[in-house]
Amino acid sequence: MARVKFLCDADRCIECNACVTACKNEHEVPWGINRRRVVTINDGKPGERSVSMACMHCTDAPCAAVCPVNCFQTTADGIVLHSKELCIGCGYCFYACPFGAPQYPKVTNFGSRGKMDKCTYCAGGPDDKPGKAEYERYGANRLAEGKLPICAEMCSTKALLAGDGEIIAQIYKERVLKRGYGSGAWGWQTAYRETVAL
Amino acid sequence: MKTANRIRAAFAALAFGAALALTPASAQAPVNPTASAVKEEQLLKELDRVTGRVSIPDRKAGVVIQPEGREFRALQTRAMPWVAIVAIFGMLALIAAFYLYRGRIMIDSGKSGMTIKRFGGFDRVVHWTTAVSFLTLAATGLNTAFGRSLLLPLMGEHAFAAWAEFAKMVHNYVAFAFMAGIVAMFVMWVKDNIFQMIDMEWIRSFGGLFSHQHPPSSRFNFGEKWMFWSIIFLGAAISATGLMLLFPFQWAGIQGMQWATLIHGVVGVVFFAAILAHIYIGTLGMEGAFDAMGSGRVDVNWAKEHHSVWAEEELRKQTPQPADGRLAAPAE
Ligand code: HEM
Ligand code: SF4
Ligand code: SF4
Repeated sequence: MARVKFLCDADRCIECNACVTACKNEHEVPWGINRRRVVTINDGKPGERSVSMACMHCTDAPCAAVCPVNCFQTTADGIVLHSKELCIGCGYCFYACPFGAPQYPKVTNFGSRGKMDKCTYCAGGPDDKPGKAEYERYGANRLAEGKLPICAEMCSTKALLAGDGEIIAQIYKERVLKRGYGSGAWGWQTAYRETVAL
Repeated sequence: MKTANRIRAAFAALAFGAALALTPASAQAPVNPTASAVKEEQLLKELDRVTGRVSIPDRKAGVVIQPEGREFRALQTRAMPWVAIVAIFGMLALIAAFYLYRGRIMIDSGKSGMTIKRFGGFDRVVHWTTAVSFLTLAATGLNTAFGRSLLLPLMGEHAFAAWAEFAKMVHNYVAFAFMAGIVAMFVMWVKDNIFQMIDMEWIRSFGGLFSHQHPPSSRFNFGEKWMFWSIIFLGAAISATGLMLLFPFQWAGIQGMQWATLIHGVVGVVFFAAILAHIYIGTLGMEGAFDAMGSGRVDVNWAKEHHSVWAEEELRKQTPQPADGRLAAPAE
């Protein structure tokens, strides 16, 4: 089966935050948590670039390696799912994650600190069947309905790409060849230990 | 004519200057709009991370890529287990070797049957509160660090997660009893744990552990002082890092949290190993030592052999009582 990935074409991203809003709305993400965020690098300077970032669903995911209760699971499509049933809220996954993806529901909730929340690639959770219980815990399961992540679908400039890693790499490569420039597939080297050869 | 020329020249100069000043650097090379664009590779090489501005209030979300998460992972999943194995099994091996070499350290002159008071009721309550909370913290902490490799395969993931969550809550709350104990021990015992010249003799003969002699000592000998200060410093380090983990991102950013976790884990296993030696010498390793923290009273001969200076002072102050203690109940 194909391995799905995210790719943000920073030369297209206009920092409109549509992806962030769409994600929050689709999954009714709790207050204070951003499964996806847009970061502007060199803000206000010539050559600034914005990157939309969420969990990259890493190959050999660091979060999964450090979790004391082994609550991450990589699906056949390469999606890294986090189980809110098993999570004890220790925070180690946040410390190991190169992209700051898993987040505490409430940072100073003493003692328990709650269960981590992170991007599911719109694939729901690892433990439930699609339905109300899964929706409340993890948000929508669009993949079960044959749809791709809402963030990429809502992207106004099609900067954010989601889907089969090889196909989105191909799309990005064609864009770069056609327009003659590209600042690279941000995060790919760190997440997948490979980048899009241009 | 002349003035018109001059005005024209002035305007031209002004327009040229304005054009220079107003044109952004990137627009001077319109062919490639990314000529001056930030590049991920270059940022990672220069700063080892990529950060920027986010419009959400969560400031730490401004870090887009922090590859040091990978180092944290390697240290946590590969180095930590080795530190634990070397510290804990190394200490057990040392203790076993010492036991085989020296055996149980007996009271050379035998028990006198008469005892003097060494620790009062409050001292012992503090000691055992700290000891019990320490062992609880060690068990639950080691579970967080190594339960996944050692217990999860036996228990199954749901049972293990339920236990680990309970253990985490216990670890989080019992920590406060431990911290209070460390503070109380420091206040109670620091004055007797300050280095004295008499300790030089203990150091020179290494406590007589190998020579079977008894260097003179005050209330605490150098070995005990060493243990006291180790507990104070390790206790301070583990408390500080533990509190950081308890209130994530309150006092540190992502790198600080990574170091707090690693230092907490490493200090935890080193501390546990050190306490193994302490437990050995307080129970199996030395005849008569346990009573000091058990009943609070020690045999007079034990006191004379291990703490000669202190015993002399105490014998001037208190009258020894028979060991079975029933004849005269110690009034504390
Ligand atoms: C003194 C106060 C202490 C505090 C506030 C504290 C707090 C914490 C916290 C918050 C964690 C993270 C996991 C969790 O939430 O359960 C943790 C982990 C841990 N604690 Fe403690 N702790 C303390 C003392 C100790 C002591 C005395 C030991 C051992 C002798 C210990 C050993 C550990 C270990 C081994 C871990 C796992 C670390 C890792 O995986 O790297 N802790 N502690
Ligand atoms: S981006 Fe972070 S949370 Fe997502 S798979 Fe990688 S390490 Fe895990
Ligand atoms: S917070 Fe939850 S998911 Fe993250 S490492 Fe701890 S137990 Fe695992």
